[in-house]
Parts: sequence; C-alpha cells; structure tokens
Amino acid sequence: MSTVVRVPDRPPPAMTSLDEAERAATRRERLAGTLQRNGAFVVLVIVALLASLLFGTSFASTDNFLNVLEASSFLGLVAVGMTFVIIGGGIDLSVGSMLALSAVLAAYGSQYGIVVAVALPLAICGLLGLLNGVLIARAGMPPFIVTLATLLFARGLAFAVSNEGNKIFHIDETLAVIWLGQGSILGIRVPIVIAGLAFALGWLVLTRTRYGISVTAIGSSEDAARLMGVPVARFKTVMYFVSGLLAGLAGLLVAARSSSGQSTIGTGLELQAIAAVVIGGTLLTGGSGSIAGTLAGVLLLNVINNVINQVGTLSSYYQQVVSGVFLITVVLVQRYLSREQRL
Amino acid sequence: MRSTAAAVAMTITELAARRRLHSRTEVSAWIADNGVYLGLLLLVLVNLVLTPRFADLDNIRLQFVQVVPVAVIALGMALVIGTEGIDLSVGSVMAISSALLALYLGYGPLVAIAIALAGGALVGMVNGLLVSRFGIQPIVATLALLVGGRGLALVIAQGRLTEVFDPTLGWIGSGQVLGIPIVVLVAGAVALFVTILVARTTFGRYVVAIGGNPGASFLAGVPVRRTLLSVYILSALFAALAGIIQTSRLSAADPSFVGSLIELSAITAVVVGGTPLTGGRVRVLGTLAGALLMQLISATLISHNLPDSSTRMVQAVIILGAVYIQRDRSA
Repeated sequence: MSTVVRVPDRPPPAMTSLDEAERAATRRERLAGTLQRNGAFVVLVIVALLASLLFGTSFASTDNFLNVLEASSFLGLVAVGMTFVIIGGGIDLSVGSMLALSAVLAAYGSQYGIVVAVALPLAICGLLGLLNGVLIARAGMPPFIVTLATLLFARGLAFAVSNEGNKIFHIDETLAVIWLGQGSILGIRVPIVIAGLAFALGWLVLTRTRYGISVTAIGSSEDAARLMGVPVARFKTVMYFVSGLLAGLAGLLVAARSSSGQSTIGTGLELQAIAAVVIGGTLLTGGSGSIAGTLAGVLLLNVINNVINQVGTLSSYYQQVVSGVFLITVVLVQRYLSREQRL
Repeated sequence: MRSTAAAVAMTITELAARRRLHSRTEVSAWIADNGVYLGLLLLVLVNLVLTPRFADLDNIRLQFVQVVPVAVIALGMALVIGTEGIDLSVGSVMAISSALLALYLGYGPLVAIAIALAGGALVGMVNGLLVSRFGIQPIVATLALLVGGRGLALVIAQGRLTEVFDPTLGWIGSGQVLGIPIVVLVAGAVALFVTILVARTTFGRYVVAIGGNPGASFLAGVPVRRTLLSVYILSALFAALAGIIQTSRLSAADPSFVGSLIELSAITAVVVGGTPLTGGRVRVLGTLAGALLMQLISATLISHNLPDSSTRMVQAVIILGAVYIQRDRSA
C-alpha cells in the first residue's frame, strides 16, 4: 500500500468562518461564470417573452419565428467561422466583402451551369480565406490588417466582375441552385437547415475534437500551445480558410435566395458578426467562447431587428442605436461578471 | 532533458540565423521606417512622367484638399494606435458632427460648429470611458459607437440629406488664403498640434509609454486612465472636425454616407506610415505621408481610367506589402 501525503487544500477547521466566506465566493463566481456564458440566452428569452406580450401573435407566430430564423441564417453562417477565429485569438474583417464577392460569382457562374455556380464562389472565397491564413499564420502579419486588405480586395474583385457594380447578374429561376435559397426540407427553408447544420457541426468541432480544443489553446496562449505540440500555424490557417469558406457559402445562399448577385451587399456584416460573437460571451482576447452563445447572439440581433420593425412608428435608424447600446451593455455586464470570476 | 537540449540547440540556430540576417535586417528596418516616403516619391515621379497636367497647381491643390478628411482623422487615429488602441467610430462621429452642424445652423455657423465639435467630443468621451474606466477592448467599445453613432446621426437628421448653404461654411469649404485652401491649412494646424503633442509634451510621452507597456506605465506613475480618455476625445474631436470640413466642402450633410468606411482608410494611412498597430510609437509625418500615398494611388489609377474596383485591389496589395516589410522589425 502506497502512502499518499495529502496536502490539505482547505484551511484547518478552526477557520470555519473564512471557509464559509470562501465557499460563498466560489458560489458567486460560478454563478457569474454561468451567467456570462449563457447571458445572451437569458436576454434572448426575456426579449422574446416581452415581445410576445406586447405584440401577441404578430411576433409569436410560427411564420414570424421562421422569418427570424431565415434572416439569422446568413449572419449565422458567417458568425460560426468568426467564433473560431476570435476564440483562436484572431479577427476576420473580410467576411462581408467575401459574402458579396461570393454572391456575385455565384450569379455570374450560374450562366455556365449549376456546378460552376456552386464551385466558383466557394473556391475563390476559400482561396482568399487561405491567403488570409497563410499571411497571418506563416508570415506573422497582424490579422486586423491582413483581413482589412482582403476586405478591400474582395470588394474590389466583386465590383470588377460586375462591371463596377453596374451589372447585376440574375440566376435563372429554373436552375437547381435556386433551391439552396428558396427550397425547403420538411417545411423548413434550406438556409435555416444549412445554418443549423453549421452550428451543430461547429459545436461538435469546437468541443469534441482535437482541432477545436487546440484552437482554444492557441487563443489562450500561442506560445504555450506551440510548446504543447499544437501545429499552431496549420490550425490558424485552417481557421481563416473555414471562415472564408463559410462566408462564401453564405453569399451563395444569399444569391440563391434573391436569384441575383449584387456587389454592394454585406457591407458592415463583419462588424455584425463580431458583435454577435461578443454578445454570445466569446471573449475578443481569445481562448474562451462558445458556439451556442454565438447562436444566441445572432438570434438576439435579429429578434431586436424584428421587434423594431414591429413597432411601425420607430424608424429603422433606431435599430442601429439599439444594437449599439445593446452591445455596450452586454460587454459591460460581461466585463463585470468576468471580474467577479477572477476574485 | 532532451527537450531542454533541443531548445538550446534551437536558440543557437536562431541566434546564428539572426546574425546572418543582421545586415539584411538593417536594410529592411530602414525601408520599414522610410518606405512610405520612398513610395510617395516614386509615385510622384511616375505621375510626373505619365500623367498629363499632374504638376498643375490646380491638380496639386485638389489632391491636398481631397486628402484632408482622412489625414485629419488619421492623425487622431495615430495617437489612439500609439496607445495600442483603435478607434472604429470615427466615421460615425463624422456623420454625427455633420448632422448636428446642419441641425443647429440656424443659431449661426460658429454655434453650430461648436455644437458639432462638442457632440464629437462627447462620443469620444464615451469611447474613452469604456476603454479606460471599464477596461473594455477598444475595438469592441468603438465598434458599438460605430453602429450606434451612425444610427444616432440618422435619427438627428431624420435620415435625410440636408443641403447646407452658409457663407461662413462655404468660405471654410472652398476659400483660400494665399492660394492655399483653408481646409488644407486647418489640416496643417492639426498636424502641427499633434507633432508638438507627441514630440514636446509629457502627454505625448505618456501616450507612447502606455502603448509600450500599460502595466509598467501605471506602476511608473503614468496617469493611464486620464491619458487614454484624452486620446479618445482627441480622436473624436478630429473626426468631428473632418465632418465639418466635409459638410462645408459638399454644402450638404448626408449622415448615411459621410465618413462611411473612413476608419479603414485612416487605419491604413497610419499603418502604411509606419506606426505599428501594437502601439508604443506615433509617427506624425509618416501618417500624413501614408494618407497622401493612398490618396495619390487612387488619383493616379482614376486619372488613367482604371476603375474603382482595381483601385481597391491595388490598395489592398499595398497595405499588405507595407505591413509585410514592417513585420521584420517586430520579429
């Protein structure tokens, strides 16, 4: 029998009162942590309940519910990629432009058949995402600047393809690619299904795979991750590649939804996606975050939009004011809670 | 044991590699510091040869006038970036100042200008408080103001484009003193102010110290919070000034478009000008040169009938090139 020397991790019984206080602190800490992780869901439920009480069935109906989900699906796809990038300690500003580029390329490619319509936008956006990744992970350039440059480049390319934005390509309504935007599976629109799958897959990858855990490690401390044997450069490259690919997929769906590709869409989408991720409890400093939180963040932004649209008298400008105030509030609360946690 | 040996071996190889690269690093360091001037010089030379009427006084004047809003904002941005922060809200501040200017013009141009500047300063104060008091990351705090500020500007202006006819504003927008446009003089004054601030005042030292190491600065007695607050207020003030200038030049306040995406142009100018995004350094002249470089690039491409789309793509490549060159120093 081996003797194990137990180091007492609690103070001796004489200090019960201190022990009690410590335990209370731990409880508070845990509660704060839970709130920080699930705050967006709590707020989402509250906002939805209030809206249901105020507007009755015009808000709380299956149709409206599906509308919110569909509106969320495009931002949602982008936000899944963004969540990984931000957890990994980076940022991707190029997604809005990529979405526009992808929509234009999809509509442009649809002249040459369905394969080109699907493959062309995904290939180009994947390539640009890969370029982001290589420049950031291999050349060691700051993500903010690299993806800012890609933002300009992708938008420029979208304009170049569409004759400076003057030509809007239309997708033939008989083409099967339209199904991606307008079809439905078991009564649920395809974009919702695809975004739902992306969230499910994202959650699985983030929490259940070596890649997901490594991304979290990279975001916490790149040096430590490298010393642990995580292939940092490769995983970071994958992160930006997937983000580009998802933005491309979202653009393809938008094009299919509207049967056309416009080069002006998606401006500021990157900021919306970042806002959704941050509201969802993912820290911009990297190393911590959740896909479920992002889902709540995306839904919350769209529910707020929906509610503001329901109040017919409020101009849509208030939408932006409310979103901004909301972002600050959520971040302040998170800041307060994470301070509590560190005590 | 083996890992230690490997680490030592790695360090030795690294050191050797670094020594070999020494002379190359010196060259690239020089390019990183002065590349923006080199680029500017090259571009001017190319234009002198290729672009007809490039050296005309009218054209030179036009280029300088057009660069003013970005340059003024970039100067404030350089201070913010010097503290390792970032200010995404400048475009929205421009819109707010523009909307306020149009709204209060009835009380006279000077009152309206004062209110527009005060409105900008207020936004800057919110930014600064969020960053300094509450410890929120600059990118998130100013992102919230970017989104909310634009909405606020639209609410103030009720979403409409307002035409602004006022002799004083007209004079600011298109007047000249000794052949130099007034807006350029204003930008020059701002540049001089920032130069003195950075090079000759304690405040300037504080800014750079905070960017270098906020923790150490705090321990060394630097008033970190106050300095950060001031920096964000200054940035917003300059943005409000740019909003006034733009409104005067266009004789119209258009809050849905004015200053849109200018935060990116300003950040680009700062970074191309050699101020690292990691803070600890502010280069005023480099920032101005960076703004002018980006302006000249788009002007050159436009004057040779290259479309807007290729301008963007070329700018993207130049940003990447500039940052790639600077990368060596931090490594």
